[in-house]
Amino acid sequence: MTRNFAAWPIILLLTVLSLPLFVMYLFLLVDTFSNTAPGSLLPNEFTLEHWRFLIDPTITGDVWKPTLTTFLFASSMMVIVVSVSATAGYALSRLALPFRRFVLSGIMVMHAFPSVTLIIGVFLVLQFAGLYNSLTGVILVKASLMLPFGIWIMKGFYDAVPWEIEMAGVQDGASRFTVWRRIILPQVKPGLLSLALFAFIDGWSEYMLPRILAPSSDFEVLSMYLNTVSDPNSSTYNFNIFKSVGLFYTLPVLALFVLFQNRLMNIFGGGTKG
Amino acid sequence: MQISINNFTKTFDGTPVIDDMNLTIRDGEMLALLGPSGCGKSTTLFTISGIHRMDRGQLMFGDRDVSGLPSQKRNVGVVFQNYALYPHMNVFENIAFPLTVRKDNKADIDREVRAIAALTHISELLERRPGQLSGGQQQRVALARALVRKPDVLLLDEPLANLDAKLRLEMRSEIRRIQLETGITAVLVTHDQVEAMSMCDRIAIMKKGEIVQIDTPADMYSNPRTSFVAGFLGNPPISFLSGIAMENSFSVAPIKLRVPLGVHEGIADGTQLKLGVRPEHFGPEGDIAVEGKIAFAETQGRENLYDVALADGSVLRSIQPAGRNWALGEPVRWFIDSKSAFVFSNDGQRL
Ligand SMILES: Nc1ncnc2c1ncn2[C@@H]1O[C@H](COP(=O)(O)OP(=O)(O)OP(=O)(O)O)[C@@H](O)[C@H]1O
Ligand SMILES: [Mg+2]
Repeated sequence: MTRNFAAWPIILLLTVLSLPLFVMYLFLLVDTFSNTAPGSLLPNEFTLEHWRFLIDPTITGDVWKPTLTTFLFASSMMVIVVSVSATAGYALSRLALPFRRFVLSGIMVMHAFPSVTLIIGVFLVLQFAGLYNSLTGVILVKASLMLPFGIWIMKGFYDAVPWEIEMAGVQDGASRFTVWRRIILPQVKPGLLSLALFAFIDGWSEYMLPRILAPSSDFEVLSMYLNTVSDPNSSTYNFNIFKSVGLFYTLPVLALFVLFQNRLMNIFGGGTKG
Repeated sequence: MQISINNFTKTFDGTPVIDDMNLTIRDGEMLALLGPSGCGKSTTLFTISGIHRMDRGQLMFGDRDVSGLPSQKRNVGVVFQNYALYPHMNVFENIAFPLTVRKDNKADIDREVRAIAALTHISELLERRPGQLSGGQQQRVALARALVRKPDVLLLDEPLANLDAKLRLEMRSEIRRIQLETGITAVLVTHDQVEAMSMCDRIAIMKKGEIVQIDTPADMYSNPRTSFVAGFLGNPPISFLSGIAMENSFSVAPIKLRVPLGVHEGIADGTQLKLGVRPEHFGPEGDIAVEGKIAFAETQGRENLYDVALADGSVLRSIQPAGRNWALGEPVRWFIDSKSAFVFSNDGQRL
């Protein structure tokens, strides 16, 4: 890469701007591993006691069950979003569908719609389908709310695949489906991967939908668990434990970001290089 | 295999693109579809391949009617202009793809791919990805992939358009060599007349969705049926003079030019005519004198190109061996070789 301007002033500016955030995160991290005497600013002893909630369910209740539920929630939603977007995006990009324009603009509108405004309708549908207060119901709703975004992104990736490659496949004797699976799908793999990550992270951090659509069910996702821990009126309230749980909750997201940050940026580039 | 297209008509969104075309491609021949942009060459090609459906008409592969068959069932090899290699597969996998789709067994696939790679001279590239190949090499891979299934017909849509001049020369003879070695029936779409003339057994010249003439390159060049065909073949191109028939001569009164019409006697005096003179038939030697000035001169190394402006403003092109070089603006008295000139009626039909 060639540089036609010096990078350091920008880096400096960004550093200064993000310093408060960074310091806060640092304190968060330090606090979970230490105790601080009241009134003092700096910690005075190292301890692992705030992380005991991981092995001792008596402190805040079992943390692993909600973790597993959240994982299940996020991954099922990811599978639905990715598989539907992969197929629907292709259909919208390549097949001469009836009402194609209508569907496309519908997706655009849905994408721009704040999902909260749909919640009453969603509630009614779930009630009707008997999925209210169930994990399945919440997963389905969460996935469908993300689908417009997913389909739109995937359509963009499919659009970038040259038409001739597809025709070459057909000419080589492959069925449309084989062409899609063996030739086209590999070209949009970067898109699929970033969409999968986005969906997973989105599902992992979901709080509102389980609260609204399954308020009295017996499952609990991590965000709800965190909410319980953070209740200052509860008898087990401990600010440092709350911080530890919070960190525990964000850890997978951070890890995914660090591991795949280049891939994630793909989705905004929309290109097929990968 | 002989391919024939009968009464083929194609319309896109209400605009007729091909109108009642008849074309036969003989077994083992390489036929060029030559014509200006938008005349329907690609449409014809992709109709043979099955990508486009005929609105009306019939397509025969040998004595099998394939008009209704989808691309997959036609056994046609296509080389696309941008090669359309599969970027995520290496060269071997690219070439093997048509065979794996057919579920041939592994040993057969390996043998076939290696054989066709040897024929197209890419044996040492089999492990590479398309992105790691030069344009000429990609072209060879595309050819190999199109040929590996032993198709009934090979279709090439402007295969040389993306190559630089030197590679184009090389691939021109390579494609022809491979076509001759495999004995496959082939159709080449191009708008480059040199390509068509040098690579193909016969040329079909198209204009606005119709085939205006189909002939061998030599016949087409020496015996064009219309002024359009005459103008399309030859580089530098033929030049035309407008005039009228006068006492069994082609006459341009203002410059006192008279070219005897010879065999075309009996044309009514005053009929508007056009005379086509190829650049090699106009120069210091010939039988009909014309006076003019050099209006343009271009050195091409072995030959020089001249435009000679006549007194009435019309221009005749000439190609002359280098040696005696005429300067820009120099007055010349050159001659038309009247026996080699073509006479056309005003609407372009050859007389
Ligand atoms: N899918 C299509 N839909 C509508 N019109 C089309 C389509 N494909 C081709 N045409 C029209 O049909 C005509 C012939 O097109 P075609 O691609 O066969 O031309 P061509 O001879 O291959 O030209 P070129 O040398 O520029 O490739 C053109 O006027 C083009 O605009
Ligand atoms: Mg074309």
